[in-house]
Amino acid sequence: MPPLENHDRVTAKIFPHPLNAWYAAAWDHEVAGGSILARRIADLPLAIYRTSDGRPVALADACWHRLAPLSMGRRVGEDEVQCPYHGLRYNSAGRCTSMPAQETINPSAMVPSYPVVERHRYLWVWPGDVTLADPDLIPDMHQMSSDEWAGDGLTIEAQCNYQLVLDNLMDLTHEEFVHGASIGQSELSDSEFFTRHEEDGSVTVSRWMLGVPPPPFWSRIMRHRFPDFAGPVDRWQIIHYYAPSTICIDVGVAVAGTGAPQGDRSQGVNGYVMNTITPETERSSHYFWAFMRNFRLESQQITTELREGVRGVFAEDEAMLTAQQRAIDAHPDHTFYSLNIDAGGMWVRRILDRMLAAEETGGQAAEPVEPVAARRR
Amino acid sequence: MSSGAAARWVDAVVVAVSDVATGVRRIELGGPPAGRAAPGSHVDVRVHTPAGEDVRSYSVVESGGADGRVVVSVLHTRTSRGGSRFMHALRPGDGVRVTQPLQNFPLSVGSARHVLLAGGIGITALVEAARVLRLLGADYRFVYVGRTRDRMAYLAELEALHGDRMRVHVDDEGSPLDVDALVGDIADEDLGRRTELSMCGPIRLMEAVRRSWSDRELPSYNLRFETFGSSGWFEAEDFVVRVPELGIETRVGADSTLLDALITAGADVMFDCRKGECGLCVLAVTEVQGTIDHRDVFLSTAQRERGDRICACVSRVAGVGGEGVLVLGPP
Repeated sequence: MPPLENHDRVTAKIFPHPLNAWYAAAWDHEVAGGSILARRIADLPLAIYRTSDGRPVALADACWHRLAPLSMGRRVGEDEVQCPYHGLRYNSAGRCTSMPAQETINPSAMVPSYPVVERHRYLWVWPGDVTLADPDLIPDMHQMSSDEWAGDGLTIEAQCNYQLVLDNLMDLTHEEFVHGASIGQSELSDSEFFTRHEEDGSVTVSRWMLGVPPPPFWSRIMRHRFPDFAGPVDRWQIIHYYAPSTICIDVGVAVAGTGAPQGDRSQGVNGYVMNTITPETERSSHYFWAFMRNFRLESQQITTELREGVRGVFAEDEAMLTAQQRAIDAHPDHTFYSLNIDAGGMWVRRILDRMLAAEETGGQAAEPVEPVAARRR
Repeated sequence: MSSGAAARWVDAVVVAVSDVATGVRRIELGGPPAGRAAPGSHVDVRVHTPAGEDVRSYSVVESGGADGRVVVSVLHTRTSRGGSRFMHALRPGDGVRVTQPLQNFPLSVGSARHVLLAGGIGITALVEAARVLRLLGADYRFVYVGRTRDRMAYLAELEALHGDRMRVHVDDEGSPLDVDALVGDIADEDLGRRTELSMCGPIRLMEAVRRSWSDRELPSYNLRFETFGSSGWFEAEDFVVRVPELGIETRVGADSTLLDALITAGADVMFDCRKGECGLCVLAVTEVQGTIDHRDVFLSTAQRERGDRICACVSRVAGVGGEGVLVLGPP
């Protein structure tokens, strides 16, 4: 049960991030050829590159000698980088392989090399305790690389604490107000939703809107599959949260009354909004997103149209999140208050708080003991 | 990066003891600071021996949990100077003074290929490293060498966990390790020059690997073992150092260093690491009576053979048929 003494952290405005977690550090295509990508992940500056055989590597972005950034250096040899300042070289394990003007190499000379796994079109980095770095903990984003789904996405450099993005995605009531011209509709606020902390530790928030007029974004998508479509739809949003900071949202609409709530989605269109948010600093985040669909897989036109459509929608979120972070910083003495709609976001906060507490004692977060707490509005 | 943190001594309590192989006792300690020990770390333990109190280092085999549990496994040696006898006499409830986990043998992930080589009780330094490499899906091989199967701690569990990745060599079963073959196989592979070998075991085994590694011209930085600075070929003994240009003549005690003796005598000598690694304290040698006992890892073999330099922080002079004398050029 939630330790009361941690409740201050649960409602923290600037939320700390766990280190014992896989964070998306880059799209697979961002690290290519002989380039070295400089990127700060969970407040750690990293130099990310690939070996000649394509294996991704993440080294601390500071030379062992005088801490010059390795990302300003060159990729050399099969798997090395060379410091831009005095030419020291490091291999993919972070071991120094060459020092200038001497015949031996100090065996202590090394920079940290972080575990990296390439999966779901991202490079995932584990910044914490290496003994816990189980790749099975990478969140399930299989739609990103499945033959049954098509789509694309981008990255938002969000100027806010990562938890603000999670709050945003865990409650889609805001669509009515932030995205009124594209996906928002008043039925969002009128429909009931269910929040569930699942046995596998994930959180689900589901909301169905039955017999509603489709908003413009969804009308257009429906016509890609059903050119003659008109009329009301059953619309769904099923939000899946995976700790620490991945949210995959099952979204779609189907012709009203054709059985979508019962599981028959054949008369509709289905998308997955993939979001994984990586803390950069305590006030900035790398927000990786993609929109995947499971129909008309062959159409690059639809892929591009959806990506650009969502880019426009998410720009509205970004503007709000940036403004919210500024207001938070401008009102240091004000606290957060919660609404009923924050159930999903508050579960996320509690789960993150437990991960942080476990890190303080050097262990892994315990599996939830009594996880299933369904709530109804 | 070797152990950055200074040792902090705390009281620990023996929680459980059990034998995990013939002559190998597993000792579970509770009470040191909470947290998980990094692979390759050790704790220092204050032991009581017939000669008085002393300190021994033991690799951490398991750790973690909110209770700050640390497990070491200790081989009882017949040539024990008292440390292993003390450890084997411990019973649940006994108190011992220990340090937090210290690190001199860090695992580095990300090598193209890893080979771990454990000889006998050296297995304790590599158990956790092997588990982590397996967890990460790394390309690794785990070689475990022992004299007899019953003396090889953790053997069954390790074989079950690592399966095909494991190679076991047992002397008395007619399958001893052929060091040259092991190193030769690494050298012949495509990834040979990108394979990191980490080893912990008897000095003779590690010396054989070092020789073979060097003969095959494999990169020195890919050969990892716990003790970087050599303990020297000779016992430390007093010797005399002279720096004619500075008018200095002083004695370096067996328990002091050349660097400290020179500084005490008023020489302004540059230094940094004090571990024989960085090379900043290298001084020009003009004459030696006796033999320079090079204990650094900075000078190359060729530089040592020229005999005209010495790393003042760790290296010494051993007298041959009389007290050693070292004459230095100006620092």
